Amino acid sequence: MTVHRSSPHDSAPLHVTGAARYVDDIPLPRGSLHLAFGLSTIARGQIVTIDLSEVRAAQGVVKVLVAADLPYTNDVSAGAHDEPLLSDGKIHYHGQPIFLVIAESHLAARKAARLGKITYTEETPMLSIDDALRADSRFEEGPRVWSKGDSETAIKSAPRQISGRITMGGQEHFYLESQAALAFPQDNGDMEVHSSTQHPTEIQHKVAEALGIPFHGVRVETRRMGGGFGGKESQGNALAVACAVAAKLTRRACKMRYDRGDDMVITGKRHDFEIDYQVGFDNTGRILGIEFVQMTRGGWALDLTLPVADRAMLHSDNAYLLDHVKITSHRLKTNTTSATAFRGFGGPQGVLGIERVMDHIAHELSADPIEVRRVNYYASMNASKKGKSTANTTPYGMLVEDFILDEMTDAFLASTEYQKRRKEIDAWNAEQPIIKKGLGFSPVKFGISFTLTHLNQAGALVHVYADGSIRINHGGTEMGQGLFQKVAQVAAHTFGVGMESIKITATDTAKVPNTSATAASSGSDLNGMAVKIACDTIKERLIDVASAEFDCKAEHIRFENSLVYGPKASMSFADLASRAYQSRVSLSATGFYKTPDLSWDRIEGKGRPFFYFAQGLALSEVVIDTLTGENRILRTDILHDAGSSLNPALDIGQIEGGFVQGAGWLTTEELVWDDKGRLRTHAPSTYKIPACSDRPEIFNVSLWDAPNPMATIFLSKAVGEPPFMHGISAFLALSNAVAACGRNYPALQAPATPECILAAIKRARL
Amino acid sequence: MDIEFLLNGETIRLTTAPTRTLLEWLREERDLTGTKEGCNEGDCGACTVVVQDESGVKALNACILFLPQLHGKAVRTVEAFGDKGLHPVQSAMIEHHGSQCGFCTPGFVASMVAGHAQGRIDHDTVLAGNLCRCTGYAPIIRAAEAAEASFLPAWIAEDRAKLSMLTTRAPFSPTNSDELAAWYLANPDATLIAGATDVGLWVTKQLRDLTKVAFLSKCVDLKDIRVVGNDLQIGAAVTMNEVREALKDSHPSYAEMIRRYASEQVRNAATIGGNIANGSPIGDNPPALIAMGAVLQLRKGNVRRSIPLENFFIDYGQQDRAESEFVEAVSIPKTAPNLKCYKISKRFDQDISAVLGCFNINIEDGKVSAARIAFGGMAATPKLAEHAMKELVGSSWNQDAINRAKSALDQDFRPISDMRASAGYRLEVARSLFDRYFAERSGAAVSVLEVRA
Repeated sequence: MTVHRSSPHDSAPLHVTGAARYVDDIPLPRGSLHLAFGLSTIARGQIVTIDLSEVRAAQGVVKVLVAADLPYTNDVSAGAHDEPLLSDGKIHYHGQPIFLVIAESHLAARKAARLGKITYTEETPMLSIDDALRADSRFEEGPRVWSKGDSETAIKSAPRQISGRITMGGQEHFYLESQAALAFPQDNGDMEVHSSTQHPTEIQHKVAEALGIPFHGVRVETRRMGGGFGGKESQGNALAVACAVAAKLTRRACKMRYDRGDDMVITGKRHDFEIDYQVGFDNTGRILGIEFVQMTRGGWALDLTLPVADRAMLHSDNAYLLDHVKITSHRLKTNTTSATAFRGFGGPQGVLGIERVMDHIAHELSADPIEVRRVNYYASMNASKKGKSTANTTPYGMLVEDFILDEMTDAFLASTEYQKRRKEIDAWNAEQPIIKKGLGFSPVKFGISFTLTHLNQAGALVHVYADGSIRINHGGTEMGQGLFQKVAQVAAHTFGVGMESIKITATDTAKVPNTSATAASSGSDLNGMAVKIACDTIKERLIDVASAEFDCKAEHIRFENSLVYGPKASMSFADLASRAYQSRVSLSATGFYKTPDLSWDRIEGKGRPFFYFAQGLALSEVVIDTLTGENRILRTDILHDAGSSLNPALDIGQIEGGFVQGAGWLTTEELVWDDKGRLRTHAPSTYKIPACSDRPEIFNVSLWDAPNPMATIFLSKAVGEPPFMHGISAFLALSNAVAACGRNYPALQAPATPECILAAIKRARL
Repeated sequence: MDIEFLLNGETIRLTTAPTRTLLEWLREERDLTGTKEGCNEGDCGACTVVVQDESGVKALNACILFLPQLHGKAVRTVEAFGDKGLHPVQSAMIEHHGSQCGFCTPGFVASMVAGHAQGRIDHDTVLAGNLCRCTGYAPIIRAAEAAEASFLPAWIAEDRAKLSMLTTRAPFSPTNSDELAAWYLANPDATLIAGATDVGLWVTKQLRDLTKVAFLSKCVDLKDIRVVGNDLQIGAAVTMNEVREALKDSHPSYAEMIRRYASEQVRNAATIGGNIANGSPIGDNPPALIAMGAVLQLRKGNVRRSIPLENFFIDYGQQDRAESEFVEAVSIPKTAPNLKCYKISKRFDQDISAVLGCFNINIEDGKVSAARIAFGGMAATPKLAEHAMKELVGSSWNQDAINRAKSALDQDFRPISDMRASAGYRLEVARSLFDRYFAERSGAAVSVLEVRA
């Protein structure tokens, strides 16, 4: 068995020796050029004059381009055609690219890019959610509204009501490798592009549009990214297009990589949200009716704001059955960088909304927050443990058939000694005047599939060579998550060979066409299945050859330990491959997979957008200093459902990393814009992702080892995004510690910086 | 500028512009692309390399390390950490799944190789300057722990043996403070570079061209810590890690603050003199030193003068330093038993303080006999809280006195709001730190860093 077994990332030996090659490491031909953007210094207005004479005269500069110099389409958007590569005269945000410097070195390009003299007529930028709401500045005609039941009546007639608001900041991806692309012009006008992207096909399309050639003229290759997290789903377009256009015009290889500061200013980030809630509930904490108003800043261009905001709505139930619910979503257009995909894709924001409600209800009732959650859980898939009054459907009408959090919670409370620790912490808080502790519990139920249904497809290309070695390719990209390793395990398992027989290759639009972004946690579900299908096709042909050789029925052939067994004899896999070749049998196949049983109407908010739900639980213990708001996570336990894990070690890596990233979002990571729309936190000196000592000192992660009831690849579950939401447990623990300071509900806001915690302590004590 | 150093065991002689960074040179001239550029300002550690000199093996950030700083030293990059196969930390990183995207990995491995050579087991501190966005750090720490007891690679001794064969003299590198003083008198427009952890960013971020520079790392007499009477005189070119090591028993609270000051890589380069001389309102050394009553020694040519450190900082970006005058040393008392340094920031490690409060209060027979309290992040310069101090001195040591001092703080500071904290928070926390000091002196638990689950 090569699946369901831990093995290291395929590139680990290359990572640790520095041999793993990223875009910026690719050796360049002589005369290669380097690019940098000249950026706007205002957030909103119109360009009046552009004087680039000093830029052109700067040392090492070969060419400088403005919008009018672009040969074809001036657009790098994900689809809406609203993102010019270079400003068309309008300025939409501070840091928008206006001109492109092509120079002999990276440093020369950066230096020259600062020499542009541009005058503007400046307009007052629309920066905040309130600004945009006032101006009715939004991406759709009005708010999206989805509902189920009659929330208004249910809230009114409920024994108890609360309302409130939670604000949550955005998040910078801070992939360690900043955006990068490299274009090699070909002799016939074609273009070969290497891009650090989660979406080579979109890069191919944008480059083709910009060069005015069909898609077949552009080949995009991505071997690996130095981190993606959603930030390389659409944000690499500008660099790839810039390189391709510059390469076409200069007929030289062109490379562009953003300096960290440019990357943080130019590229999109996680959507920040404000969520208002109004809830009616009974004395057990059961929610009888609930209304959410979600407001998010999409920034200046559409990018992926609609599906992100949809997913926030889709996760506003999280793990809880809501009978009467209404969700209103405002997708606002502002003069800030265009917010984009980031691990969870709106899901974490939606989940945090209802987890805040649970926290608030528990406080209101002085009830145990886990008990309040459990009375609201969906009914379990295993025997109806609870008699829920209505159908087990989500606010968008999807029947929940695979809910397992109830069973998981039973096991988790025992393994984490929850009751005992709760008492110990209460005793600590009673004794300690300055330092308080808190416990926070959060479940997650995350819907797996792209909500744009047609994206749920994948292709693969598998070759078996005559020596029995195997080369696989698929549409998924490797950003560190271990996708290539998992998919190679699928191939090795299918052919019964060792991992050394499998060659993993770079994602390449010339090998597998029309791919979807590696996103929505779907990488191994989709590409694993596509590779499996391709392998099975070849395997069937090999079985025919083997059954002829062994003179037996096809069903008696087995592939195991690099051998192929008939009832009486065996031969090596390599021998079989050689025989197949000599018998003129094709040893190459494509595979294609599409997720079954999906249907979704995003305007009505009705359907079955997800194939299944990945689930998990987290419990965090924190400590706060009530004098300063300083805080730390002391311990975190996580029980996570990865189905029958393809590779437990890699899945645990996703869970540990996802938790720390999620906790960072809600604690130390604060994006600050000033009143001119300038991002003030555009460097690691001012924007603080978690460092080594910020991980919980005690950090127990285990997998809930149960097969996915849906027919996924070897019954595993997607694991990329769901664990991000375990970070919410740390935020809830902080809220719990703050609540120990006074009688009132502290209404902690995110990110819970020391300053934010100190403010919440004051509210608790009022 | 002609320099000579060892790169992965090989002797390199080259002529370089004074501010060319090691990172750029490795990647662009030597095709050693294993060392990565993550931020280009010394904050992420992706570019970490291992540098050995007579004082030992250290991790440094190659992105803000100018080539002339390497003169006479031995550099190892991730491509050359194993003798033949892998270094034990590299094997452990594979076995413990310490890499995901792999981009930060070479830098982590470099920090771990240096830590391993030093016998370090305080991994969180060793690795505080390496950011990872994928793993959540847990598997990296498991790898570091697993490699603790493993053998040292042979190249450490081999490189060290070869160091003595390098020429020692480099241009623009005075070898003592007399030479420096004379040269600086003749070249008043020059930039003095010690660790380059600040000047590095002038080059990599502000894109400034610095042509006339002097490197101070060969000025041996600026690197001494000397006992002079009841004082310790710390030379300007003593690195922050050396300060930390020297003061960890005598000034534990200051040393603990230094542990959180920047990162291992930065502290291996940054000097105490540089941190004072650049005059930043958020430098972490001055408030602590001022609270101790530090005296700054300045030198111009052969003229020396000593001033209380607080008088050096006149206003934002303005210090009491004449043309061609430089910081030679700073003197502090040999011990400071009552000193407590409270660094408040969004992140504990490697974060610039929103507020740094340093308290040094003597209590005799229940009365305050002396008080020095200094803050960073509260004004345009590091500054004493004089009104608050006045409330305390001569008063009984009790909550009333603390409350009076807290109220007086309004007269001492009018902080500003920025991306690190609001003015209101700064003032409120500065006041709260009086309570923390009072509680700590009474034996109460006040630090979340000392609490366990």
